[in-house]
Amino acid sequence: MDTAQHELEQVVYQRPESLMEVDTHYCPGCTHGVAHRLVAEVLDEMQVRQRTIGVASVGCSVFAYNYFNTDFVQAPHGRAPAMATGIKRCLPDRIVFTYQGDGDMASIGMGEVVAAAARGENITVVFINNANYGMTGGQMAPTTLPGQKTTSSPNGRDVETQGFPMQAAELLATLEGTSYSVRRSLHDPKNVRMAKKALRTAFEVQARGMGFSIVELLSVCPTNWGMTPLQSLKWLEEAMIPFYPIGDYKVNPALAGLRF
Amino acid sequence: MPPKGRIEVNENRCKGCELCTDACPQDVISMAAERLNTKGYHPAELIEAGCTGCGICAIVCPEAAITVYREVSQRAASAEA
Repeated sequence: MDTAQHELEQVVYQRPESLMEVDTHYCPGCTHGVAHRLVAEVLDEMQVRQRTIGVASVGCSVFAYNYFNTDFVQAPHGRAPAMATGIKRCLPDRIVFTYQGDGDMASIGMGEVVAAAARGENITVVFINNANYGMTGGQMAPTTLPGQKTTSSPNGRDVETQGFPMQAAELLATLEGTSYSVRRSLHDPKNVRMAKKALRTAFEVQARGMGFSIVELLSVCPTNWGMTPLQSLKWLEEAMIPFYPIGDYKVNPALAGLRF
Repeated sequence: MPPKGRIEVNENRCKGCELCTDACPQDVISMAAERLNTKGYHPAELIEAGCTGCGICAIVCPEAAITVYREVSQRAASAEA
């Protein structure tokens, strides 16, 4: 094969248009960046960037409005699904999603998200589960694993006094208004691809007016876990996935024939 | 013969997390030991030929700092056209 046959070049991957050309404040190796990128890729693929409104939470993802090249608002702590409900009801032709961490959605905002799912609000929730409160310094969150050491549970989470972790994808799947509730992980290329597919499905659920959709993404927090980025991916795989199994907890049967 | 590819790293966006060096199936990405970016990290770079343009580094990159290119042979290009 001569070299003349290798003259043309195709772009296999480039930064999605739905991400702003700015640096993020996330720590090195934090998979928030991967989750942002996947959401942006999905918005690009569906060509809905210009009619998308995101709702940022409180936590590390509070600055998401600086990173997405879409309209964005920022909600009080935990109230993103309530805000998204209002936006979607006023502007039903928009794609509305919330981007929330576990300290926001699974703790102070659990009531809001459960109520929004029970009402079958036509919004998409991107839920980042990294098993601690990242922004404030790695305190114990509702999603912290039993026995996991955090800055506020230095002897490990004791389930006798501090209870068991919240499994949000399973919990929200029990509600009638939920159309799509799945859990994915961001620890290796295969799982990142699966996560993107799940996000696409969740946004398609909303675009078709089928009700509430949530994608829980298992994520790493190398800084607060006290690990290198590579060690934290391994810890996610070995410690978190056994407790938070990857899977589809509720998929509306009407989605069965859809291909994207 | 595997396809040939290359990557371009937006060096000032790289935070040196090394996820791409670990994920690269060809082991042709490394952190530039001699160079620092404006944030003070050693940025990722392509160290040798052998990149196939698979895009796995871009899939794991949290900063979306990598652009991936793959060469297409003229035969394949004309078949598509």
